[in-house]
Amino acid sequence: MFGVLYSGNYYTVLDVKSPKERINLILNSLEPMAIIVDNKSLQKAKELGIENNFFVYEDMIESEESEEIIQKIRSQMIDTDPMYILFTSGSTGIPKGTVISHKAVITYTQWVVNTFTIDYNTIWGSQTPFYFSMSITDVFSTIVTGATLYIIPKMYFSFPVKLIDYINEMKINSIYWVPSALQIVANFKTLDEVKAKTLKRIMFAGEVMPTKQLNYWMDNIPDATYVNLFGPTETTDICTYYVVDRKFDNSESLPIGRSCDNCDTIIIKEDGTKALDGEEGELCVRGSFLAMGYYKNPEKTAEVFVQNPLNKNYPEIIYRTGDIVKYNDRGELIYLSRKDFQIKHMGYRIELGEIENTVNNIEGVSTCACIYDNENSRIVLFYQGDKDKNEIIDASKKVLTSYMQPSCVIKLDRIPYNANGKIDRVNLKKIYKGE
Amino acid sequence: MEELLEVLKKVKPGVDFENNSNLIDEEILDPFDIVSIVAAINEEFDIQITAKDIVPENFNSIDKMYALVEKLEEE
Repeated sequence: MFGVLYSGNYYTVLDVKSPKERINLILNSLEPMAIIVDNKSLQKAKELGIENNFFVYEDMIESEESEEIIQKIRSQMIDTDPMYILFTSGSTGIPKGTVISHKAVITYTQWVVNTFTIDYNTIWGSQTPFYFSMSITDVFSTIVTGATLYIIPKMYFSFPVKLIDYINEMKINSIYWVPSALQIVANFKTLDEVKAKTLKRIMFAGEVMPTKQLNYWMDNIPDATYVNLFGPTETTDICTYYVVDRKFDNSESLPIGRSCDNCDTIIIKEDGTKALDGEEGELCVRGSFLAMGYYKNPEKTAEVFVQNPLNKNYPEIIYRTGDIVKYNDRGELIYLSRKDFQIKHMGYRIELGEIENTVNNIEGVSTCACIYDNENSRIVLFYQGDKDKNEIIDASKKVLTSYMQPSCVIKLDRIPYNANGKIDRVNLKKIYKGE
Repeated sequence: MEELLEVLKKVKPGVDFENNSNLIDEEILDPFDIVSIVAAINEEFDIQITAKDIVPENFNSIDKMYALVEKLEEE
């Protein structure tokens, strides 16, 4: 990664473990000039049927660099050049490559370092893979400040006691994980067994952090700072954040807070006007964190990177996140749902996220997810936990308004997650159709 | 043992649980598998596997998992 950047190029990190079809789709879109592999993954790469353009890392580091050429290239580099392309799974199943510039990462990292006082004493315990936008936060704040970063082996996340032992052993004081990783620790009541002595900053993003499990962490490590970060890959990683400053009931959801530095958020209603006092609307972002667009995809880019409808005077691009938000009475942003996640059911506008949040709080539910079957107008609830279906249905009747009641409840041995640790809703739809 | 095998096969089909004794070391089971296996075993055998027993040594093979179930059933 760093070698590619130093030589004035941009990169995409590929996961050798992801399905062959996905890797091929990405490579077809990228048409990379070079593919760098290590000896360990060389065979795997050859199996993909890519013939040329291979460079083996172990050979490359032995070779001589040409100082003169590098200097020439570096003198021509500018901050708005692309730095990397990060592929996300588009809703259609075809990966979309988000192009991020040096400027976006520099501005973003500066915000991370200033806001969370990251310095050379910071010791990160990294959970998120490098092909996931969250890794930008710990990796580049480390590079900028001379902090320390440990890549926690993935297997530790299966064995929570070992995970906490590792944190203690490496004296890790800062973590930035997906909620599902924090949930594993909480669900097994790991901190009853072993204390995490060094943790000071506990940050999370990528999904909604359930308050039940957050409270478990906060009860066990009361002195740490807890931060809920929010944002899509298209704003480098994050656009808003909330430092937890009060106690939340298990049924309340966490605010997403306020905009970061050099990153402004506006809420725009369906009619293209600005939402006022507590009105709902789509979260739109402007500023230096924004991606340049999608790689070789002008149509998709034009759909969401648009002229600010509130500015008629000069060109100004904003990114439409597709997330529905509003301000609460305290002036904090509240996440409601995805635009395509807000449903009309029996005449009511319903946030599936609200149902999920409520059901998650039912005793015996460890994780749940909702989808909407448009054809048959059914709310479908999937859950994972140790109660049977009828118990969940009974319990949900007590806490959910009648029109929010799921019309179909499916118990799963496990809720499917995608490679980034997010609930795999495409897969849930398939499971539902198969029932 | 049969019962356990059935539970495992339901959680993660397509794994050779009978013969493989490196399920963890070879990364055949991922974090979400372990979570599901623990939940499924707890339910099936009416036991409570707690964090201190969720260590790789107890999950590398079906024999190890069976030993853990037996140990917890006795307790």
